[in-house]
Parts: sequence; structure tokens; C-alpha cells
Amino acid sequence: MNYFVSFCLCVPALLVTALASADDAQFAQRRAEMVALIEDDVRRTAQYTGLGRFDKRVMDVMADVPRHRFVPVDRADAAYENRPLPIGYGQTISQPYIVALMTELLGVTEGDVVLEIGTGSGYQAAVLAALVSRVYSIEIIEPLQRQAGLRLADLGYHNVTTRLADGYYGWAEHAPFDAIAVTAAASHVPPPLIAQLRPGGRMVIPVGGRFTVQQLLLIEKNADGSLVTRQVLPVRFVPLTGEH
Amino acid sequence: MALVSAAAIGYEVLLMRLLSIIHWHHFAYMVISLALLGYGVSGTFVALARRRLQKRFAGSYMVSALAFCIAMPVCFLVAQRIPFNALQLVWEPGQLLFLSALYLLFFVPFFFAATCIGLALTRFSEIAGRIYAFDLVGAGCGALLVIAALFVMAPQNGLRLLAACALLAALMMVTEVTRTRSQLVFTGAAAAALSALLLTLPGHWLSLRLSPFKGLSQTLAVVDTQLLGEYSNPLGQLSVVASPTIPFRYAPGLSLNATHGPPEQLAVFTDGDGLSVVTRYDGALEPLNYLGATTAAAPYHLLHSPRVLILGAGGGQDVLQARYHGASHIDAVELNPLMIDLLTGPYAEFAGRLYDAKDTRVHVGEARAFIANSTEHYDLIHMALLDSAAAASAGVQALSESYIYTIEAIDAYLERLAPGGILAITRWLKLPPRDSLKLFATAIEALRRSAVHEPGRRLILLRGWNTTTLLVGNRDFTAAELDRLREFCRARSFDVVYVPGMRNDEANRYNLLDRAYFSHGAMQLLQRRDEFIERYKFHIAPASDDSPYFFHFFKWRALPELLAMREQGGAALIEWGYLIVLATLLQALVAGGLLILLPLTITGRTVFGRTGLRMSGYFFALGLAFLFLEIAFIQKLVLFLGHPLYAVTVVLSGFLVFAGLGSGLVSARLAKRPPDARALTVKPAVSAILFLCVAYLLTLPGILPLMIGWPEPVKVALALILIAPLAFCMGMPFPLGLARVQAWARDFVPWAWGVNGFASVLSAALATLLAIEFGFTVLMAAGAALYFLASLMLPR
Repeated sequence: MNYFVSFCLCVPALLVTALASADDAQFAQRRAEMVALIEDDVRRTAQYTGLGRFDKRVMDVMADVPRHRFVPVDRADAAYENRPLPIGYGQTISQPYIVALMTELLGVTEGDVVLEIGTGSGYQAAVLAALVSRVYSIEIIEPLQRQAGLRLADLGYHNVTTRLADGYYGWAEHAPFDAIAVTAAASHVPPPLIAQLRPGGRMVIPVGGRFTVQQLLLIEKNADGSLVTRQVLPVRFVPLTGEH
Repeated sequence: MALVSAAAIGYEVLLMRLLSIIHWHHFAYMVISLALLGYGVSGTFVALARRRLQKRFAGSYMVSALAFCIAMPVCFLVAQRIPFNALQLVWEPGQLLFLSALYLLFFVPFFFAATCIGLALTRFSEIAGRIYAFDLVGAGCGALLVIAALFVMAPQNGLRLLAACALLAALMMVTEVTRTRSQLVFTGAAAAALSALLLTLPGHWLSLRLSPFKGLSQTLAVVDTQLLGEYSNPLGQLSVVASPTIPFRYAPGLSLNATHGPPEQLAVFTDGDGLSVVTRYDGALEPLNYLGATTAAAPYHLLHSPRVLILGAGGGQDVLQARYHGASHIDAVELNPLMIDLLTGPYAEFAGRLYDAKDTRVHVGEARAFIANSTEHYDLIHMALLDSAAAASAGVQALSESYIYTIEAIDAYLERLAPGGILAITRWLKLPPRDSLKLFATAIEALRRSAVHEPGRRLILLRGWNTTTLLVGNRDFTAAELDRLREFCRARSFDVVYVPGMRNDEANRYNLLDRAYFSHGAMQLLQRRDEFIERYKFHIAPASDDSPYFFHFFKWRALPELLAMREQGGAALIEWGYLIVLATLLQALVAGGLLILLPLTITGRTVFGRTGLRMSGYFFALGLAFLFLEIAFIQKLVLFLGHPLYAVTVVLSGFLVFAGLGSGLVSARLAKRPPDARALTVKPAVSAILFLCVAYLLTLPGILPLMIGWPEPVKVALALILIAPLAFCMGMPFPLGLARVQAWARDFVPWAWGVNGFASVLSAALATLLAIEFGFTVLMAAGAALYFLASLMLPR
């Protein structure tokens, strides 16, 4: 009898797992296509971003993180299209190309500790989590922070810690950070964040509208604490005709 | 009849306001332009169902008016539920469906309003001119009514007022429709019930549901934010928000070297976006240190205790900056009186009575008008970030005329500078450069016109990571000043884009670009201006008062390249404003053709042949020409009257009313004398229009600037006197043509009406495109030429 009950319980579970695997396989295929698309974009923008190709680790992670789990359920089909999507509360999940570009510009390595300002759906944090030792992520919209925290834990990104707080002050207890990703530009770069950046560290901030990134601001802190900022245009575009 | 017209134009003005708050102003423009097709389509409908409708004229009229009354609030309520997101159009073509749904919804009320007018016109075709006159006069009054109403009520409540107008119009037919006492009582009771429903419609039904992507919506999603108050007038809706837990820290352009941000601030959103702030101030200057670390602070390092004029004072950030830098006197000009009321009323204490200080004078007014009226001279004229960052980055302002960044404007500012004075303009930085280079080119041109041989000696341009500041001196900058400027930039890690005598290695030092685009552009503009402007992929030729489209950066040449790279970051570089006007024009062309002209053609309700074609050409030309002249004339007077909103209202209403009177005169004369087709000539009216256009084109540019300092009421009266004869004559050709049609083939009337409506819808978008490309003078000339052409086309 017990065997029978177990069997009865197992069949639906197995069915669900099988369906989920089929689903995952389908998404994995689309993820691979998305990565191919990004690689193509990278090649085409190489001359302007100064990046001939993205780090293989970054692209591998992009091919691995299930983006469809970070978008609203009714948007899952569009998750692997190379475009930003709304996630509620007037916020968006960035375009995959921009996520990859930001991650690449941060230049993170395995032992790094990274701070993210603006968790959103948690996708950027998940991408970073697979590349570094620890990610601290701050969100100011309470429901987004709660959902992202649960989602990241559910997906096994245990090296990400989120909290509901004012990103302006960074996260002093865990500072300094090797890299800081700010997912939406404010009117200015918060001085506490610059203070919490380790010498040799990098900060990246996308500037522009919610659905269109105009430029990426890359701030590098030299060993002596001085700052260099680079303004990276994410697009292969020279404003004068006849120049390439 | 006049009530329906008043409510219809009132609804148009009100929708512009409501949609600007919910979505964005440029989409409001597109939605409303297309919704106006309802007018043309109704013409077709009335033509096709004429016989049936005329049999029950009073009933049909009443039903249409009632439907109009109900449709106004209902369509708005439904539209608020449509999840259209303008920002996603570039990524999600599906949004077009929502946009179309909005078109359709707002089409409905205009359709019913126009049906009332069409019914009246066909039922009383012998006095069509008189009806047309009431239509125009009613419309003129409607525009005034709504603007007046917006001063005293929230915009959404304006819907109740307009619905009441339409209801009243419907009730006027009651005695015609009801035959028995009981019918009268029943109709009266129904009307009373409807009125009660309108008045008691729950406020929260009508409350505005802002796009979640607007700044206000996003701010209110943050923990503990609190909407302190909402204040509304026709210029916009101001929302004041406090955020105690996660404070606002608005300090655009703040140097990365700054160690402190701003003190406590309240956010003020205009129409749910366009953030400005009120900063807490208690008289201590130390918390304001951050104001010394922005690019906008640069001119204060070249001047000592300056007398400062701030154009666009807003929440007072620039006034604080002037005070922080020891300004000896501050004149602050702000367009929106509500903004000043906030700082002198409920938030005066918070702002440290900034606008009540004895060394500070606050003026309500438009920048150019203030400059024109002022006799004072200033050491510094300061304009900083007058448009929001969001609007600047979306590139959607191409439609907005702006008279504050034209060659003539810069010239006027420079004239108000004291010897050694500086004009400073700070703008958001765009990559690749657009605003900053266009402004630089504008300043060069203004200086050249003032016979400055080496403009480069009077210009400085610098940039941080998100702002640029242009300084224009009214004498050459000295070596000592340039040293101070260089030190200012070095200490704050700002880049020198251009200073006189600049070395190549000075550019692109702190905020590194892959090339020194800004410096290269500035140098090229000084050395090979025309060639550079031609080769640049954005439109950076200076704007003038005749074509004041500073925000128009679009060039066709760059579009294919940017569209192809849409997904690789190109979307951010597309200047959507221009494309929106073009899309509006194309949609109007297709939709108008399909909905207005095609049904009339396939049902055979038109008469073709040579006469028919000429008649069609006549009404088409009139449809285009009327709006061309109206728009060109409004713009010519905007600067003169000094306040865009009042100018547009006065001029638009004046135009409609006087055109209505002209039409009425024609009608009265026709009523006295039975229409004899041959006697109906439009030549006198058209000759007068041509004469007035030429006279105005030749004399106004010289005369108006001389009178710009006159008191407002006198200027308004003068504007109306100028408008009166032109509009009066412009009201005549349409009813004269209609009378000719009546005498020739009555069945042609709806077609004439439809063609004219079709042309009117095209005309608004076409006029904007012409003004952007060629200027208002050409637009006015085109309007006059079209009237001439029309007079040639009217068959003898």
C-alpha cells in the first residue's frame, strides 16, 4: 500500500520534473542564442567599447543564469530577447547586452566582494554571484527586495545578500568593495560609494532612460586613491560622417 | 451648437493636459492629433446617413450630444486602464496596439461632437455660414473656458464641466424632441439623473493613474515617501514629495571629488516628472558646499560679488548657489507662479524664506520677456538644467518651441550684461554631444552678429560626467580668469572642453571618452563651422526665433544606422520627437484616407469630374492654409506676449472668434441675398489675407520688438487687433465655398466638409514639420500661397 501511495505521489512529481526539464531545455537553447547575439554585438562594438571580446567567464555565466526566472511570469517568453523588460514598480531588468557589458567593465575576479545598488529582480546580482565570492545588493523598493531575496535563495545563489536600504550610503560593514555596480544613475555619484571602493576597484553606472542606456560611466580608483572616469558609449557610432 | 464646439475644443485642451500628466507631452500630441480624425469621419458618417438622420434631426442631435457628454469622461476612464507604455515602443511593437486603442477611444467623443455640428450644417445648409460662425466662436470661448477652469480645479474635474456643457447642449433640443408633457418630464428627469451622476462621479474614478515609469510614480514606490501636496494650474501639476527615510539628494553635475552631498530636500515633480527640489536652508552656508562642486558654479569663480539674474528659478537651487557664492543681488525669474507660491507659502520656512530675502527679487514671467522688459544690467545671467534629465535623454522635445536658446535670445542676454559680465548656461551632457555643441554654435553666431571678430576669445565650455556649462563673456576672457577657470576644473575633475588658447593635451583628461568629441567639435565649430555642421550626424545648426527648435537634433542620414544598431545601444541615440510628428502625419494620411475619403468615394457620395476636383482642391487647400497661418501667427506672437500659455490661449481664441465673425458676416449677407453662384467670389477675402500676410511678414519683425516692453493688457489688445482683420477674412472662404457647392450640387457638401477635415488633421503635423525645417516665415508664406491657390481653384 505504502509503495502504491509513494508511486502515486511520485508520478506527478516526476511528470512535473520532466516537464520542467523540457521547459529548461527550451530556455537553455534560447539562452545560447541570446549569448551568440551578445557576442555578435560585442564584436561589432569592439572598436568603441575598447573590448574586442568579453571575458569567456562572463559569457559562460550569461549562458547559465536562467533569466526567465528573473522576469514576471507573463514575460518569460521574452526573457531571452536582447531587450529590457518591465518588472513592476516602474523598474526594469536591463537588456542582456548591457548586463554583460557592465559585468565585463567591472572586471571582477573570483575572490572579489561586490556591491550592487538597485537589486531589481536580482538578475545582475545572480550574474555577478557566479563570478565572485560575495555580492551585497541593496534595493529601496520593499516588494522588489523581498522577491529578489527569495528568488536568489531559491535558485541557489547563496553568496548574495540583499537588504532594503538607502543605497546612497553603500554597505559600510562589508566595505571596501572590489567592484560596485549601480544599476540606475542618480543626479550624482554618491561620495560614500566612492569612499567604499577599494583602490584598484571599479564602479559602473549606466546613464540614460529606463529602457535606453545612453552611456556607461566607469569609475576606476587608482592605487593612490585618485579617480579616473571613462564614459563608454555602448554603441558603435561615430558622430561624424566619413569617420570609422 | 456653440456649447458643443466649446466642449469639444475644451476637451482637446484638457486631454493635452491630462495625457501629459499620465504619459508624456509628445504622445499626448500624437493621440490628440489622431483623435481629431473623429471630426472628419463624422463628416463622412453624416453624409452617408444624411437622409435618415435629417428626418429625425432633433432626436439625432440630442442623442449625439448626450453620447458626447457621456463619452468624454467614460473614454478617459477606459483609457486610464490601457497599459500603454510609450518608453517601450522601441522594443515592443505590441505597444502599438495599445496606442491604437487610445486613438480609437479618444476618437469617439470627437466623433459625436462633430456629428452634432455636421447635423446642424446639413439640416440648416442655407445658413451654413452662420452655423460655422457659431462653431468657431464657441470653440474660441471653449479654449478660454478650460484654461480659466484649470486655474481653479484639478484637470480631471474639468471633465465634469465639459460634460455639463454637452449635456446642456443636448437639453436645448428637449422641446423639439418631446411632444407631450410626460415626455418632457421624463427627459428632464433623465437629464437631472445624468447631471447628478456627473457631479457625484467618485473622485477616485477620475484620479489620474500615472505611468509607473514617471519619476513621481517611482519615487512614491520608495519606503516612507509622502505626497505632501498637489498644486495645479494650466501650466502643470506640481506634486511635492518628502522622503524622510531615503532622502532626495539632487545635485546634478556634482564633482566626484565632492565629499558631501546636499542637505535635506523636498522633491517637486511637474506633471509627474521633471524633478526639481526645494533644499532646506537655515542661513548657514556650510551645508551648501556641494553647490560649489558643480559645473554650474564655474562663473562664480570668475566674478566677485556679482549681480545675478537667474532664468528659470524653479525650486530655488540656483538662487541658493548664487547666495552661496556671495552674490550681491539676485533677480530670479520663474514662469510658473505656483512654484513661487510654494516657496513663499507652505514651504517658505523649509526653504529659509529664500525668495523673501531682501537682496532677492522674484519675478513671474518668461525669460525672454523679462529680458526684453528689463533695463538692468547683470554681472551674471545664469540658466541651469531647465528641462528634466529624463526628457533630455529621451530626445522627445523636438516638438517644443523654445525661445530661450535661439541666436536672438543669446544676443538679448548678452545685451543685458554689465561690462565684464558672463552668460552661463548649464545643460545635461549627451553622448555623442548634441545640446552643448548646438549651444556653442548658437553663441558663436550671436557673437558674430554682434560684430565680434573672434568669438572664440569670449567662449568657455566645460563638462563633468553628466553636465556641461557654457560661459559667454561680453568681453574677451583675461589670462587670469582662464587660470582660475583651469584651477576650478582641475580641483573638481571637470574637463575643459574649450577655453581660448587651449592646448590639445588639455582636453579629455578626467572623464575620458574614446575621443575628445566635445573639444574637437567646439574647435571645428570655430574654424570650419558650416562644413562641420553638415558632416555631423545630428542637427546642431543654431536655432533662431523663426525656427525655435533647439531640441531638434534629428538628421535623416543617421536614422538607418541607429535603427540597425537599436539593440546594441543605438535606441538611446534616436531623436524620437521628429519621428513622432512624422508618424502622426503618416497615420493621419492613411487613417484619414481610409475613414473619411474612401467611404464617400465607394458609396458614390461625391461628384467627380473637373468641377468636383477643383472644389476638392479648394477645400483641401483651405484646410491646410487655415492652420498654417494660425500656427505661424501664434508663434510670431508668443515671444511678443511673453507667456506661451496665455499667448496661445488668447491668440487661438481670438483667431477662432474673429474667424467665426467673418463667417457670420458672409452668412448674413448670403441670407439677405439668395445665393447666386457667380456672385460668390472669394477674391476680396483672399486678397485681403494675402495683403495682411505680406504686410505682417514685412513689418512685424521690426515693430513687435519695439513694443515688447509695453504692459501686458496693452500687448494682448494689440495682438487681438492684429489678429482680428486676418482671422476675420480667413473665416470667409469656407462658407463662401460651401454656398457655391450648395448652388452647384448639394450632395457635394459632406465631401467638401470631409476633405476639409482631412486636410485640417494633416495640417497640424505638416505645419510643425515645415516650421522645424524652414521656419515660421516660410510657414506663413505657404499658408498665404495656399489661400491664393484655393482662390484659383474655386470654379467660376
